[in-house]
Amino acid sequence: MTEQVTSAQLEFVERQMKRRRWVTIIRGLVLFVLLGAWEVGARAGLINDFIFSSPSRIFFCFNEMVRDGSIFYHTGITILETLISFFFVIVLGIGGAIILWSNQMISEVADPYLVMLNSLPKSALAPILIVWLGANVRTIIVAAISVAIFGSILTLHNGFSNMDPDQIKLIISLGGSRKDIMTKVLLPGSIPMIVSNMKVNIGLCLVGVIIGEFLVARAGLGYLIIYGSQTFQLSLVMSSIFILCVMSGMMYMGIGMIEKQIKQ
Amino acid sequence: MIPKLEVKHLSHSFHSMDGETRALSDISFSVKKGEFLAIVGPSGCGKSTLLSLISGLITPSDGEIWIDGNKMVGADPRIGYMLQKDHLLEWRNIFSNACLGLEIQKKLNEVSKERVRKLLMTYGLDAFSDMKPSELSGGMRQRAALIRTLALQPDILLLDEPFSALDYQTRLAVCDDISMIIRSQGKTAILVTHDLSEAVSVADRILILTKRPAQIKTTIPICFPDNANSPLLRRNCPEFSSYFNDVWNSLREGGVS
Repeated sequence: MTEQVTSAQLEFVERQMKRRRWVTIIRGLVLFVLLGAWEVGARAGLINDFIFSSPSRIFFCFNEMVRDGSIFYHTGITILETLISFFFVIVLGIGGAIILWSNQMISEVADPYLVMLNSLPKSALAPILIVWLGANVRTIIVAAISVAIFGSILTLHNGFSNMDPDQIKLIISLGGSRKDIMTKVLLPGSIPMIVSNMKVNIGLCLVGVIIGEFLVARAGLGYLIIYGSQTFQLSLVMSSIFILCVMSGMMYMGIGMIEKQIKQ
Repeated sequence: MIPKLEVKHLSHSFHSMDGETRALSDISFSVKKGEFLAIVGPSGCGKSTLLSLISGLITPSDGEIWIDGNKMVGADPRIGYMLQKDHLLEWRNIFSNACLGLEIQKKLNEVSKERVRKLLMTYGLDAFSDMKPSELSGGMRQRAALIRTLALQPDILLLDEPFSALDYQTRLAVCDDISMIIRSQGKTAILVTHDLSEAVSVADRILILTKRPAQIKTTIPICFPDNANSPLLRRNCPEFSSYFNDVWNSLREGGVS
């Protein structure tokens, strides 16, 4: 790389960097202005801070929960439930998609059922799950799985079916079986698709866990939100939502990092 | 002498809900050991179907294929198939791509690995063994794909327009390269192509098919002076254009345009 960098190139880079800096500054500013207006509005009595809470109240509530450690307990429970259901969604999703891919007949028979189950609002299933499985963690995890699993199977199966037919021809011409097609080209070639599917699913699992916690939990962020709203501790609700925001962002970024690792 | 490969009264039809499509009708020919046969014909006439049948990827509706005097049943390890694109797998390096066939047939051991290494060395790819396919040029990729096929030690190579995905200049060079490799290995080869000059420049004999359902229209033996032993040299011979015209004329009578 001994090529001479022209002044036009430098100028271009300079302009781009400047633009990116501004984006970051404005992003921060938006957050600052919103929080500031909220806080000022609450203190000046423009909005009822008993109902709307305020950034400072949320901060104190959060601080309190950090001090007594309850925040870690509830967050941990929610993360654990999400990860368990996420694990099941990945395993069952890939397994289901492989079964559909390997048997045309099964796939055609199952298609309308999967499409229907996928578009069904899964929160409607929750009461049945409580009756069937009881008011416990099992229900939460099954609810979370049910939110993500059908879409996951459909997406992965669709991706598997779009595989280049010439790659299949290649493996068969080398004397391979259907199993070889699966292990040598289908699965390794589908890793980017599987990971991007995981990105969607981790979010959906979190949705399912929160739905489940709303209904049956004794612990977890969903429980805190319901408990807080029923006892009019809006700061508790807001703090929990704030943690949820951070948590889902971090989970998404975690998978993004896995994705980057794979691309290298 | 028993021919290396004999195709006897081969016919094939495809079925779909819209009806039946007759692709091949009563095709018979034979190929001698070490011979390079090219098959040309109007586009969509069933040339690739013919190769798929010979490779055992699909079973013919009618007719038989014999190798070394024995009837072929299903896919045969003596036959190697090269597709239009190289289809090197991006998540494997060149060496492991070249070993793919061996791996699938569970023949991957120290001896066969050494053979692949030697092939890579002979054909100038040893320095690229650890690289990803995307780091190689189109020509080198096609060469790696050929080594993947040769690693299984087939007697007969089926080439389904293996150069058509390359740009013209690379194509001439790679065609030269690949056909020399095949000849130096003493393999019997069948090349399907729509490029007439390619067929004339590499083949010992050209089979011309009619439009669908394909039948054999004529066979044109190709004979160049001994010193014109590579496709590029052949292209410079005076005989080249007269052969080209022969092929062109008999194709046209078959109703291409």
